[in-house]
Amino acid sequence: MLHTFVALVEDKPGVLTRVASLFRRLNINIVSLTVGHSERAGVSRMTIVCEASPTAGHRIAASLYKLENVLQVDDIGQLSHVARELALIKVAATPQTRSQVFELAEVFRARIVDLAPESLMIEITGVESKIEGLIQVLNEAGDRILEISRTGRMVMRRGQHTSKVLDAMRVPGVETIAEFQAEEDSAAPSDLLMAEETGL
Amino acid sequence: MSTGKHAKTPTNSGAGTRLTGAEIMWATLEGEGVSVVFGYPGGAILPAYDALRKFPIRHVLVRHEQGAAHAADGYARASGKVGVAIATSGPGATNLVTGIATAMLDSVPMVCITGQVSSKVLGTDAFQEVDITGITLPVTKHNYVVTRAEDVAKTIREAFLVARSGRPGPVLVDITKDAQQGLAEFDFAAAAPKPHRPHPMLKTESASILQAADLIRSAKKPVILAGHGIMQSSACQQVLTFAERMRIPVASTLLGLGAFPASHPLSLGMMGMHGEAWVNHAIQQADLLIACGMRFDDRVTGTLATYAPNAKKIHIEVDPAEINKNVKVDVALIGDLKEALEALLPHLPPKSTKHESAWLKEIESSKGEVAVRDIKNLPDSGHLYAAHVIHDLWRATEGKAIVVTDVGQHQMWEAQYYKHNEPRTLITSGGLGTMGFALPAAIGAKIACPDKEVWVVAGDGGFQMTAAELSTAAQEELDLNIAVVNNGYLGMVRQWQEFFYEKNYQSSPLRSPDFVKLAEAHGIRGTAVRKRPEVLPAVKEARGHKGPFVINFLVEKEDSVYPMIPAGSALHEMIRRPNRNPLVETADDK
Repeated sequence: MLHTFVALVEDKPGVLTRVASLFRRLNINIVSLTVGHSERAGVSRMTIVCEASPTAGHRIAASLYKLENVLQVDDIGQLSHVARELALIKVAATPQTRSQVFELAEVFRARIVDLAPESLMIEITGVESKIEGLIQVLNEAGDRILEISRTGRMVMRRGQHTSKVLDAMRVPGVETIAEFQAEEDSAAPSDLLMAEETGL
Repeated sequence: MSTGKHAKTPTNSGAGTRLTGAEIMWATLEGEGVSVVFGYPGGAILPAYDALRKFPIRHVLVRHEQGAAHAADGYARASGKVGVAIATSGPGATNLVTGIATAMLDSVPMVCITGQVSSKVLGTDAFQEVDITGITLPVTKHNYVVTRAEDVAKTIREAFLVARSGRPGPVLVDITKDAQQGLAEFDFAAAAPKPHRPHPMLKTESASILQAADLIRSAKKPVILAGHGIMQSSACQQVLTFAERMRIPVASTLLGLGAFPASHPLSLGMMGMHGEAWVNHAIQQADLLIACGMRFDDRVTGTLATYAPNAKKIHIEVDPAEINKNVKVDVALIGDLKEALEALLPHLPPKSTKHESAWLKEIESSKGEVAVRDIKNLPDSGHLYAAHVIHDLWRATEGKAIVVTDVGQHQMWEAQYYKHNEPRTLITSGGLGTMGFALPAAIGAKIACPDKEVWVVAGDGGFQMTAAELSTAAQEELDLNIAVVNNGYLGMVRQWQEFFYEKNYQSSPLRSPDFVKLAEAHGIRGTAVRKRPEVLPAVKEARGHKGPFVINFLVEKEDSVYPMIPAGSALHEMIRRPNRNPLVETADDK
């Protein structure tokens, strides 16, 4: 099954190698890995998606913790969360065939971000299935896809503040968890968000 | 592993002191309590060696960097302190790797410092440049590259913290030549590492403690599995109290030997592949296993499908990644063993010692005749068995020596015939099974414990892998006794070939030099022993001799270690000695 981990790691050279090497050693293939800055200077946030046995979650999280540069690991699993991926898709299209692609993009709430005489570029954000859905209909419509660039999955747990460790370490500038939680957890996800999740 | 304060004020310290990176390196080591390092100089580490004379640190020159790593490892295992190995860049660094991996697999706290080419030429394939942090990434607990003199102190201090905290392990610090030469302000106190990040998975929950206590109280057939973690956590006393209070027998892993006194009535001895039949039977029959600081290695479980099928399992372990890794457990107490046992003990009312439980009687009766491994009074048959050698060694030293073994048959015989009552008296490469470990590790152990008697027990194969360290022992004038159990084969390989490869002894016979002459060439005394009656006099001579002493024990060539559980078999499916050999297994010592 697919596992998703969010890891807060020190922003230093070699940290990515250490994390990647851990998965290599466990003979687990990384499906996607997204790294970027977090809410705190010097701390990067990784979202790692991998294919592993259903019981592997604990071992992977515990092994990640063994890396000195890893500050916190969250095994997202079945927890309530928001997942998003961004994709840029370049499609071959002439001025005559563009309108069909525009229509498809519209249905998927994607945006056209570049137009060239022989191609156009679509930007789409959503869960993986939504992106794969657009790719599928583009293929079925006979539009030739020239390039795809996908960011891989990014996730954030609903309500729950993930930076518990930073909080426990009393790092200045990080607010306490408890205050946030009560109100955020009670807020029902809007219809719009639900719609996004289901793909359309 | 205790995280006790080892720091002391170094020779040159305090705010405002400007030193070279090399000087800072030694001053920081001194501050961390280091009094001896094992190393080998070379180009990229020369600035550090140049500065060494200003510091009260003993440098032991090994003959190969692998020896430096093993010596630091042996030093750490014997003393409980962090061992330090030093090497130059490139081949010096790569030669450390086997020793680092050995320490990693056995969770030994060690700091390795390597020189590196100047930061200006990093990554250019400069002379003797190698990406040692890349190479050692999977075999270190953590590693660092230092390219600036101002980072030396805080990096080394952090390395010591990482090496000795939680589940200990080796840490490598790679210091570029320009970082050693550069000047920086040195302030030992200011370089203190920030407290180790809290490990969110490290929590011994009170509910789990109560659950564990319930299981222990209601168990009819419990067994304690004693591992290396008991020594790492300094929990020998707690385990003893626990076992005695609840009248629970204790089985040890190879690395756990000595953590629980072998002569204690509740001690069963070693479990696993070459463990005694009754030990493995007890585990298979048990209704509760309490694993203390051990990791259910494949060498102790046999096939997992049939491992202790009736037993509930409690796992007390500091490394959360070990929980449910090999064996699914019912209760996990994740944390320091000593603390966990101290939390557990108040929930366990003592059991009466008046009536030994049926369980202990059952184990006792299953021991039978083979339990008596004492072979002192057996008649001399003209043959010399390794068992005799180890047994007589145990007798002569009254079980009080530190024995450092290599890897192979002699290692298993040592574990079977030498009874260790004290922790840290058996030093052996368990996880990685590194041949060549014994001699250099013993050098480290002897330097860590100069007042203790130290014996190397090595086979003729492994001894030759690092025999060059004889000259280190000679140069350091170490009072080290070296027993080579010489059977003319790579014995364990031969044994496997006998059992599993139809006696196809491919590449396992080996011709060795005359070890006595080899010793003499190093200016070391040596003697050969071919018969049983010669064993004790030779041991006595070695013990009385000042300086290194080599005994070449020429033992029976095709003896095997029994019992044996073939890899992948169940714990109770063992190979027994085909025709019982009265010389080795039976008899009584009255």
